[in-house]
Amino acid sequence: MKWDEFFVTGEPLIYMADAAIVLTIIGIVFVLTYFKKWKWLWKEWLTTVDHKKIGIMYIISAVLMLFRGGVDALLMRAQLTVPNNTFLDSQHYNEIFTTHGTIMILFMAMPFIFGIMNIAVPLQIGARDVAFPYLNALSFWTFFFGALLFNISFVIGGSPDAGWTAYMPLAGNELSPGPGQNYYLLGLQISGIGSLISGINFIVTILKMRAPGMTLMRMPMFTWATLITSILVVFAFPVLTVALALMTLDRIFGTHFFTLSGDGVPMHWANLFWIWGHPEVYIAILPAFGVFSEVVSTFARKRLFGYTAMVWSMVAISVLSMLVWVHHFFTMGSGAPVNAFFSVSTMAIAIPTGVKIFNWLFTLYKGRIKFTSAMLWSLAFIPTFVIGGVTGVMLSMAAADYQYHNTYFLVAHFHNTLICGTVFAVFAALHYWYPKMFGVILNEKLGKITFWFFVLGFNVCFLPQYVLGFMGMPRRIYTYPADAGWTELNVISTIGAVMMGIGFIFLCINVVYTYFKGERDLTGDPWDGRTLEWSIPSPAPHYNFAVTPQVKGLDAWWMMKKERKEGKEEEKPEYKPIHMPSNSGRPFIMSIFFFIAGFGLVFEWMPVAIIGLIGVIICMILRSFEYDDGYYVPVEEIKQTEAGRE
Amino acid sequence: MPAQQQKWLNLFMKVLPLSLLFLLTGCSERFVLLNPKGPVAEVQKDLILWSIWFMLFIIVVIFVLFAVILWKYRERPENLDYEPPDQHGNTLLEIIWTAIPVLIVIALAIPTVKATFELEKPPKESRGVEPIVIHATAADWKWIFSYPEENIETVNYVNIPKDVPVEFKLTAVGGMSALWIPELGGQKYNMAGMGMTLYLQADHVGTFKGRNSNFTGEGFAHQTFDVNAMEKEDFYKWVKETQASAPLLTKKQFNEIIQVGVLKDKLTFSGTHLAWVDFAKPGEHLDNIPAKEKHGTIKLEEVESDHHDNREHESHQHEGH
Ligand code: HEM
Ligand SMILES: [Cu+2]
Ligand SMILES: [Cu+2]
Repeated sequence: MKWDEFFVTGEPLIYMADAAIVLTIIGIVFVLTYFKKWKWLWKEWLTTVDHKKIGIMYIISAVLMLFRGGVDALLMRAQLTVPNNTFLDSQHYNEIFTTHGTIMILFMAMPFIFGIMNIAVPLQIGARDVAFPYLNALSFWTFFFGALLFNISFVIGGSPDAGWTAYMPLAGNELSPGPGQNYYLLGLQISGIGSLISGINFIVTILKMRAPGMTLMRMPMFTWATLITSILVVFAFPVLTVALALMTLDRIFGTHFFTLSGDGVPMHWANLFWIWGHPEVYIAILPAFGVFSEVVSTFARKRLFGYTAMVWSMVAISVLSMLVWVHHFFTMGSGAPVNAFFSVSTMAIAIPTGVKIFNWLFTLYKGRIKFTSAMLWSLAFIPTFVIGGVTGVMLSMAAADYQYHNTYFLVAHFHNTLICGTVFAVFAALHYWYPKMFGVILNEKLGKITFWFFVLGFNVCFLPQYVLGFMGMPRRIYTYPADAGWTELNVISTIGAVMMGIGFIFLCINVVYTYFKGERDLTGDPWDGRTLEWSIPSPAPHYNFAVTPQVKGLDAWWMMKKERKEGKEEEKPEYKPIHMPSNSGRPFIMSIFFFIAGFGLVFEWMPVAIIGLIGVIICMILRSFEYDDGYYVPVEEIKQTEAGRE
Repeated sequence: MPAQQQKWLNLFMKVLPLSLLFLLTGCSERFVLLNPKGPVAEVQKDLILWSIWFMLFIIVVIFVLFAVILWKYRERPENLDYEPPDQHGNTLLEIIWTAIPVLIVIALAIPTVKATFELEKPPKESRGVEPIVIHATAADWKWIFSYPEENIETVNYVNIPKDVPVEFKLTAVGGMSALWIPELGGQKYNMAGMGMTLYLQADHVGTFKGRNSNFTGEGFAHQTFDVNAMEKEDFYKWVKETQASAPLLTKKQFNEIIQVGVLKDKLTFSGTHLAWVDFAKPGEHLDNIPAKEKHGTIKLEEVESDHHDNREHESHQHEGH
């Protein structure tokens, strides 16, 4: 590889990005040095094993990725607004839609969800941290460096351009030469390690670390959603790991698993990809269901309607979601019996999903509905997600899908589910749990402005795309002729996208405004909440619960408040020293070695890759010989922290 | 005022999809999925419309419930001391809202399964009519149609007789593509090293747009073709003429054609490439074909102005009917 091929050249947009990156780095280094914050950064963040801080880092990264993916989206919409547009050429457009899809699902939705889980789950179950705090840090840092590796592709070496689905043989060496596709493989592989570890971590945390009295059927719904999602992660992600590894072998070491030459079978890639890929979309939506359940119940001031049905419907969805992957390639010719089976199994998912919708509606029924920002996001979810769901059912009808497949109808469907499901949920969760994270409440007025721009923008952007599908507009085309008749709706769609962009800007303004002027939450329970996280001060102290709570039923904190109101005697809490895990820099350093190894493999510089891998192994060996048993938080400190409340 | 805003939201959510539906059922020419020109697309259209009614029913029920509940139980200054009751659930209701979706799924599943099986065979409207076999080979980024019986090959257009089922034999030279002619029926993938069958049929005379709908890289957007459905007599006249007057397809020419790159010309040959290579056979794909240069950057301007020059093989230009 020549040096002029190493850096991407020739595009003004890229040079602007180069300049922006350099300036940002200089800016960050300058600020850290000027304010003498390096040590703070290392001690408080880079080495932390505290689930709340890890959660915050997840969310910050996810918001950055939402920005990057959003810019990609706006560039695509700009290109498609008018026919025969030459704003982007084909190659550039293909790179952008590939990175957009990959980033939004793997580096935005997933980490955002993991961030929320990290913050809420231990607090909801009355635990001090997750089961394996050190591994939790490793999860975050492998995700972070995997995402970083993927993201530098557009200035160094060139981005992948074969779609987030990376179908073979297109993604193979013959049709996609160069490092671009390797970035996809290695970036996903490294961050995938983090997802798998998180899955295991949350399963153990939820099964083993609940406060006394919290039986499984007394768990908050978000915790249930996290448990089921984590089980899905543990089943699904190894499939992706294997598929990525095989394609990496094909591309770098000349094997023939998915290639056309040497008796490889490209279809196996599609098959493996969707065996992971379909559960993956449910990994993105189940936690969202959990968030909505919490928020709706809190702001309707009612217990969740049909709790048991809610749990079982999630279990049913997760089981079914393992049995439907073929609906992504009905057109690959598996034959009528196979397609018929997967049609029906896919439709069946709509049944438990419908049950959930009705249960939310009946949670609202006879409630006292308070329209906070978090609640608005959750309410908007119901009608919009119904549209996404029914169009999913339409797509699941194999014979009809032969027409819808690969069109904008499909594009509209999955944005309708992913945005109105996952994105609305993480925004709702952000508003809802923000006080627990930072001790301040996001501004409601700005929150509502964000909401209206974004939700209206969403509908203006994506509803026309259903129609474009009916008009025969295929997905992933970088331009279309004027006589296709798709122009008007594309213009409307772009307007919607811009509105969503404006909504996002207001969200950022809100964060900054709240940082300086936000209303402090002094009660620890600003929403009159129902679950245990609201029983502790805001922001949550680093040890979470001064005394482990006793759980007597569903909505434990609500019950405690009721008992208190009824004048029941409360025992004076007796503080004991709390055992906490020590910080560690190793997850961070180990992930840097992962990054080095990945970078070496991307460019097929084997010495670099080997150095990176050796670094990883050394870190693992060092960990095995570590005898750090953590430390104790003294009673004095607990007393002081707890006294600061009310 | 949040409640007010909520009302607007509901209104908006209701009006938009409905107006879309009216647009759709208006069945204008532009809605190709609802504008079938053959029995296969007809089956698919019927299925689509059947499902749309159920989906609309679901949407209306939920939207109405949603709007009513939000309106009735919103927090107002008067009801701030109202404490909602402690409802746990309601078995009867839960059974009802499980049963209704089950019924809807059954109502959709039966015709879906029927149609899915039906589409694997030639359309029943033309039972007894011998299908015409056409090999459709996708090469990055053009379409090659071979008529083995008639010994003709066309590029970027395909002529078919009306009311005769067409048995497309799908395969590809390189990337996985999909043959899609929305007005005649849904797509199937073209894959190198394997063959698949797609039955389509036109029951109208006319020119319909076809394309590759599965992303295959740079020139993907330009990989389109025309389908000319003709009266039987016209079709066979064209076959005779072509057999007599079109240039013979040579190996060299064919290798030029399948090199990676956009090709917008419509070409016609006598003889087919099936005489020496069939990409549906395992092991036959572009990697085995002498390559010119596989990658170049395509700009739209070039594609538009590119048709005329540099294709010096004497091709017989044919512009549909
Ligand atoms: C009622 C539930 C749902 C049903 C019946 C359903 C059905 C389908 C079907 C049949 C397809 C494939 C269509 C095609 O490729 O031609 C599809 C694609 C897709 N769905 Fe859904 N879906 C449902 C819910 C969801 C949810 C909840 C999500 C995510 C949060 C989701 C995300 C996606 C994505 C990302 C794709 C397309 C991926 C791609 O090709 O790039 N779906 N859905
Ligand atoms: Cu799926
Ligand atoms: Cu195949």
